[in-house]
Amino acid sequence: MSTSAIIQVTNLRYSYPDGTAALNGVDFQLDLGETVAVLGANGSGKTTFLLHLLGLAEGKNEGEIVVCGMPVRKKNLAQVRQKIGMLFQDSDDQLFMPSVEEDVAFGPLNLGLSPDEVRKRVKESLGQVAMEHVASRPPYHLSAGEKRRVALAGVLAMSPEIILLDEPSTFLDPPAKSSLIEILQSLSQAKILVTHDLILARRLASRAVYFEHGKITAEGDVEEVIEAAGWDGVSRPSAVAAR
Amino acid sequence: MRSLAFEDWSGGGSRIHGLDARVKLLGALTVLLCLATTDRESATAFAGYFALLTTYLAAAGIPLGGSLLRSLIVLPFVAGIAILNLWGGDPSLAILILLRSLLSAYTAVALLATTPFPALLRGLERMLVPPFLLMVLHFVYRYLFLLSSQAQSMARARKCRAPLRRGRTPLWKASAGAIAVLFARSYGRAERIHHAMLARGFQGRFPVLAETGTQRGDWFGLAATVMLAVAIQITARFWMG
Repeated sequence: MSTSAIIQVTNLRYSYPDGTAALNGVDFQLDLGETVAVLGANGSGKTTFLLHLLGLAEGKNEGEIVVCGMPVRKKNLAQVRQKIGMLFQDSDDQLFMPSVEEDVAFGPLNLGLSPDEVRKRVKESLGQVAMEHVASRPPYHLSAGEKRRVALAGVLAMSPEIILLDEPSTFLDPPAKSSLIEILQSLSQAKILVTHDLILARRLASRAVYFEHGKITAEGDVEEVIEAAGWDGVSRPSAVAAR
Repeated sequence: MRSLAFEDWSGGGSRIHGLDARVKLLGALTVLLCLATTDRESATAFAGYFALLTTYLAAAGIPLGGSLLRSLIVLPFVAGIAILNLWGGDPSLAILILLRSLLSAYTAVALLATTPFPALLRGLERMLVPPFLLMVLHFVYRYLFLLSSQAQSMARARKCRAPLRRGRTPLWKASAGAIAVLFARSYGRAERIHHAMLARGFQGRFPVLAETGTQRGDWFGLAATVMLAVAIQITARFWMG
């Protein structure tokens, strides 16, 4: 593990409980402060990969995942989940508390922080995503863009060092997407961005990897990976370069 | 869906809305107990309870017509029992059943219309109702809207593909398929919600931010409700007796 790496994944293999192979030997590294786009077709293993980083995938895996120097194992999960925050693809899955304030407070309260500290964090994180005005509202009455920002506030309230973003622009209209991109650009944390949205990948990521059949088959500069994957509308998908 | 869930009303800012949820729960429970123990001999008490609930709703600024209309939701369930009693030659029992059920529903409407659902759950939690049961209630309420909108989307999709209701697949079969799909989707969603909870450090218990305590006025309100409800019953018995 290099000195700057905050996530190091080595030869990760995983099959679903029904035996279907999902990850076939993934090697990956995330450095401090960088944003890496994870591209790939539906079903290529991107989201499963993210769930592994948080120790959320059911069943056994092979290989090793190290987050901030800690192997992702049962005894470390609480600490690992403090270091990594995840923005889920569907905000309705993430916003389960009765009000926005309570939802954002959910993570910090689970960390055992004092009520005053929790309120401070809630205020700050809602401020970071410009959503202080909806604090008392039920999350299910918000628009898709508002929900996404509140869900992000819930992640930020835990002060993570790494943020995992699973298709963050899904269901968003162009203004909501632009606003989300601006917010994400302002965050200093290292990020892993799983997306099909090339605008988002180009604007946020400094590096990209391409997943195919549960393996990373290309990695490097975002434009190079897009071209190699045939996602630029010019190259053919079969042109994906072997690593 | 929103108005059925009383969300438009329960978010009001009246003094009654601001009462501690436990006070309102205990008040409603008292009225329900009084209704359950009101018999034929003291049937005039129903008028008193109706007046009490109506005054409560009016003081909270809740539309009375809408409240009454929502109370009728129990009618299809109790009408059958009332009709059976009518046929059995006991019209007074039929009326008693109808009045008791409708006023019980009216009491529930009064409670739900003046108490936001999260506050109601919090009140139940502070009254030591098992947390697991409350968690289930919380999730059912939270995701009822999504489930309902998914069901509506599926119904629209079915209508688009079968506008004339002709063909070999009967409606019940299509509906059964839709319910199965809804169940599978709900199961998948439940799994994803659980992941989202674990990702934010969930350890099996819903933590809450500290809340302000009950004010003395809240308990006076409860005492007044209990006394009024009991007084109505005693007066009615004395009046009829």
